[in-house]
Amino acid sequence: MNAPIRVRGLRTCFGRKCIHEGLGLEVRQGEVLGIMGGSGAGKTVLLHEMIMLRRPTAGCIELFGQDLERLSPGALNELRKRMGVMFQQGALLSSMDLLDNCALPLREHTRLTPGVVREVARLKLALVGLPVDAARKFPREISGGMLKRAAVARALALDPELLFLDEPTAGLDPVSAEGIDRLILDLKRDLGLTVVMVSHDLDSLWRVTDRVAFLGERRVLAVAPMAELAGNEHPAITAFLRGPRGRHARACR
Amino acid sequence: MQGQAGIDYIPAEDRLVLSGGWDTCRLDGLDRRLEALQAELPASGAMRVDGARLERLDTAGALLLQRFLDGCRGRGLDCRLEGLSETHRGLLELVRRRCPREPLERAPVEPALAALGRSVWTGVGEFGHLLGFLGQLTGRLAATLIHPGRFRARAFLKELYAGGVAALPIVGLLSLLIGVVVAYQGAVQLRRYGADIFIVDLVTLSSVRELAPLIAAIIVAGRTGSAYAAQIGTMVVTEEVNALRTIGIPPMDLLVLPKLLALFLALPLLTLFADLASVLGGMFMAEALLDIDPRVFVERIPQAVSERSYLLGLSKAPVFAGIIAVVGCFQGFRVAGGADAVGRRTTVAVVHSIFLVILTDGLFSVLFSWLGI
Repeated sequence: MNAPIRVRGLRTCFGRKCIHEGLGLEVRQGEVLGIMGGSGAGKTVLLHEMIMLRRPTAGCIELFGQDLERLSPGALNELRKRMGVMFQQGALLSSMDLLDNCALPLREHTRLTPGVVREVARLKLALVGLPVDAARKFPREISGGMLKRAAVARALALDPELLFLDEPTAGLDPVSAEGIDRLILDLKRDLGLTVVMVSHDLDSLWRVTDRVAFLGERRVLAVAPMAELAGNEHPAITAFLRGPRGRHARACR
Repeated sequence: MQGQAGIDYIPAEDRLVLSGGWDTCRLDGLDRRLEALQAELPASGAMRVDGARLERLDTAGALLLQRFLDGCRGRGLDCRLEGLSETHRGLLELVRRRCPREPLERAPVEPALAALGRSVWTGVGEFGHLLGFLGQLTGRLAATLIHPGRFRARAFLKELYAGGVAALPIVGLLSLLIGVVVAYQGAVQLRRYGADIFIVDLVTLSSVRELAPLIAAIIVAGRTGSAYAAQIGTMVVTEEVNALRTIGIPPMDLLVLPKLLALFLALPLLTLFADLASVLGGMFMAEALLDIDPRVFVERIPQAVSERSYLLGLSKAPVFAGIIAVVGCFQGFRVAGGADAVGRRTTVAVVHSIFLVILTDGLFSVLFSWLGI
């Protein structure tokens, strides 16, 4: 199977300031790829470009072998159905309960009967490990960890092949963060998902990812499994992974 | 290209054949098909379910299949799956384990009487909060009067610009149009009686005493009152208001007082501007329809509008300003939750302030006629 995402020669500029210059990246089928890098390295911007929220200044992004630049809006929408996104703050719609949040993509994109839509949405909430009575709760009534789980459930609504996670464990207590890590691994195993996650959380990156792309100097400095990346001698990477936190996270493996 | 999800019953072989892509986007109609099939199948015996021709299966498809199998088994039909690929079998097993069995609780619907009671009770509570807000505001106002150095002059000037200067074009334009409309309606009637010159009285008196203050206040309520509620509401949601409190800045000082005082100054000035614009509009129409020379029109104004009427009209403006600023800021602080609540409170702010402005205007009319002025 081809790489679900292929980025080549990517250039992103804000006015005269460029944050990506000739960036290339390939995501393999069925892997969990982490994207890490310092603040301002353009991780979130890269994510936004891959999920079609922003157009790069130049370069080519292919999703499932199709060049985004050459697709019509209709074809882009078809691609959107094949991917799910969890945003950093969850971005659940505050006017709807969790069940309706999960059912929204299903109501929008499929012609399933209302009963089936509800059943599928409930299944998704159960798959991410939310209790049964959470379905009728509103986003403001639940904790941060549950919020992230619900956001994953909504991202999974259409059974995407690709899942994007923006800082899945940021702002969570260690127990909830641990739960999210396990959830990502479970989803990868059970549903065969390809996952791209932007994260700073070293513990989580060690635990969950198959490979990590390290962003710096406007490009991808290295793509490798964490253990290999930790041996990389590039100063930006050693600062990240061999500082006290990096060593600690590694020691815990 | 994969086909629509399908299921075929072959009675001769006691076999069900699954085909096509059982995924979220191609499942439509399958639900009903499965239900119909349930009725067709024998109630006992054995049935082989052949999944070898299944092209794709995702959780939604697995859910429907699992529900169907459960249904068959519940009726005593022994279903055996065969030919299913390893991944499909795994997915089906996952869904079987995780699918919630408890019936979904309905979204709670309140009986009408309870809803009525709740809304009344909420209203009473809101009124209590409003009183609390007014009390706090008065306290901070007094504190600022005692220590004028603490007054946020920069914020005040910014609000004065946003709520006053920036509103000049729209207030001017609408007032001009109101003047034109009133003059036009009046001219048609007055001409019949040959009382042309009284168009001046009609236009200027109605503008200066009633219409201009009201128009200015309604525009400001829609424009600025809503902005106050949305701004403060968003700041509450993003915890900026809490940040101010912990830094030791009372949010009232930074967010409410400058707005209130700026509007106290801006709305009377806007009203003055609205007076001018609507009289100007009337004057144009008087010349166009009744051939009244603008000079004659201007000379007549002092006879038509007494100084007292003029001041009475202008005196309403600070009261309206107070209503708009207090209601807007209060609703902003009452936001709890997210984007949804900000929208709701902003709507309430505009509706309440326009309602209160018109109500107060009515009360002023009663009061003035009672006092004989």
